[in-house]
Amino acid sequence: MVSKIPVIIFLTLTCFGFSQDFTNGGTFTGNIESTFQYLNSDTLIGANQPEQKGLINSYMNVFYTNKNFKAGMRLESYLPRIQGYPNRFDGTGIGMRYIGYVNKLVDVTLGSFYEQFGAGLSLRAYEDRALGYDNLLDGARLIVRPYKGIVLKGVYGYQRLSFQQGQIVHGDGIVRGVDAEINFKETFDSLLNDNWDFGLGLSFVSKFQADNDDALILPQNVGAYGGRFKARYKNINFNGEYILKEQDPSNDNSKIYNYGHAAIFNLGYSKKGLGILLSGKSVDNMSYRSDRTKDLQDVFINYLPALNKTHTYNLVATLYPYATQPMGEVAYQAEVLYTIKKGTKLGGKYGAAVNLNVSTTYRPVHHVSGFSPLDSTGVAYSARPFDKSDSMYWRDINFNITKKINKKLSFIFSYFNININNDVAKISNDAKGIISSHIGVIETSFKINKKHAIRSEIQALFVEKIKKGVPNAGGINDKGNWGTILLEYTVSPHWSFGFMDQYNYGNPTESKRVHYPIFTFGYVKDATRFSIYYGRQRAGLFCVGGVCRFVPASNGLTFSFTQSF
Amino acid sequence: MKTIFFSSFFFLAFAFFAQESDLKQLPSVDLKDLKGKKVNTASLGFKGPVVISFWATWCSPCKKELNTIHELYADWQAETGVTLVAVSIDDEKTKNSVLTYVNGKAWDFPVLLDPNGDFKRAMGVNNVPHTFLIDKDGNIVYSHNNYAPGDEEKLYEEIKKLGAK
Repeated sequence: MVSKIPVIIFLTLTCFGFSQDFTNGGTFTGNIESTFQYLNSDTLIGANQPEQKGLINSYMNVFYTNKNFKAGMRLESYLPRIQGYPNRFDGTGIGMRYIGYVNKLVDVTLGSFYEQFGAGLSLRAYEDRALGYDNLLDGARLIVRPYKGIVLKGVYGYQRLSFQQGQIVHGDGIVRGVDAEINFKETFDSLLNDNWDFGLGLSFVSKFQADNDDALILPQNVGAYGGRFKARYKNINFNGEYILKEQDPSNDNSKIYNYGHAAIFNLGYSKKGLGILLSGKSVDNMSYRSDRTKDLQDVFINYLPALNKTHTYNLVATLYPYATQPMGEVAYQAEVLYTIKKGTKLGGKYGAAVNLNVSTTYRPVHHVSGFSPLDSTGVAYSARPFDKSDSMYWRDINFNITKKINKKLSFIFSYFNININNDVAKISNDAKGIISSHIGVIETSFKINKKHAIRSEIQALFVEKIKKGVPNAGGINDKGNWGTILLEYTVSPHWSFGFMDQYNYGNPTESKRVHYPIFTFGYVKDATRFSIYYGRQRAGLFCVGGVCRFVPASNGLTFSFTQSF
Repeated sequence: MKTIFFSSFFFLAFAFFAQESDLKQLPSVDLKDLKGKKVNTASLGFKGPVVISFWATWCSPCKKELNTIHELYADWQAETGVTLVAVSIDDEKTKNSVLTYVNGKAWDFPVLLDPNGDFKRAMGVNNVPHTFLIDKDGNIVYSHNNYAPGDEEKLYEEIKKLGAK
């Protein structure tokens, strides 16, 4: 079934190609990415050498557009997959393909497509290759723009679950959805002046999966629906979305028959030189997959963004990251960015930027009195939006100052205080209770001349002792303290050389006080990039946008090549 | 299996064959600007050359590149009439911080949002930062992946070449 589609694409393209003269051959875009690893075993950090020794992932996207016609495909190859990638990827073949037609009124796609309704709380199909995440929909999509400012969407398809022996493997359940959006400013342009903007959206998503359960009567069709709004008055922005999910007993929620909800809002004020943002999120029983038996990151229909800043410094980003708890959480975030003006006492000649960010996440309150999970209703508790308990999952307080001293030299000073509840958002087998860490980073950039530059980072992470009331109170929590140094030398526009060492000097076990040195080399020419990494990579969670996967420790060589065209 | 390789081979062969005949045009994708207004990427509607720079609030080299251009932008515009369009690939997790960041940094150039990566995919971007230069007829004439201090000079040379044509 799957293998016939590329033939159709090919035939369509060929016919199309011949029916037009070649001076109007349309446009091709795309990219290639290939990552090769040669790994050694390293018992000190628990890295194993794979049997094949060499591992390689490769991808090539080709997208074609010609007037109203579009087509595209992605070839993928895992021979075998690189380390830490989901374990059901193997072979070479087509991992994504579509054809479609677009004009001012309609946009039709047949085959694979990515889509997002509103903030994605009801439906989001997307790809994140770094994570090995791809929940694209395979089926049909119709987008209609009947009048300016109005967009209607309908989608129907099976989700991509994995890629085996060079073929897409679909999830068990079918996903359907419709979405409508109106942007009042575009639709009624005479009604609103430039100070105002207002928009509304409604979405309805449903999945079907056959009931194979002997003991329970499971709902085969499960809907998730709700609405969203956005409003702006002058410099003030306010937007939000609320989605309700019907009864969806699954492995995630221990087969309870509760309804679920997800709500999110953002309130922002900004003008030149100042930005302020307040966000809130409430989630309960909101794991929504096209297969109720799956777990981890498999076939999620919806997307629940983690409400915290995405950090980039090595020790901050990878040791204690946070991902949304789809079973329930109440979270808030505040962010302020202020640029101190040039020519003032604090700002100096170039000005300075100050950034403060605070995020917290708590367990929601479940009202259990009067509910019995074992009775015929199967409803285990009641929960209200934004009803939070005192039980903390996550807290992150961080600020940084960017300061340019002169044309050549600039600094970024950062401080982070991260608290993560390892009993709930488990990230380490060595930690007890809440892990509380303090991290300081000094980043220095020095421009030697027009083309040569040096950048360095000095990072230090201190973990607080295990808190009272927890086993081993007073002992060193998790892996103790860390330090990282990074040096990077770049010659524009082609070359870069780097060295990084992470040192776990505070590990409670003396034999585990290990250095993780890594050398990097990069060559870039226009849209082509070669990079080589050699060294140790510690085991840990690798996260992009609040979605994480576990990457085992490794020691060896990584070569990667990317090309856009 | 055989049909897959057979058809993909021809697809790719056709791709390269057809590409030689014409300069590459910008793909058409509907994005939104920071005021929520719809913008189609194929008709950005600027008179001179356009630089499209893909970035994200969590990408430090991207921010370094855009902040560097921000400081040079008034001169660049006066000399070449270039417009910079910064396309943020921040998804729902960090999308709302884009406006906060852009205004906090007082950037003067337009910023578009690509939260589900539709334009990023269509442009063949592997990773950010990735910068494209578009001539006044909408052809992609230069692109560069990554950012190292000094890359802005090379970009500016390419922009000036367009002016000389």
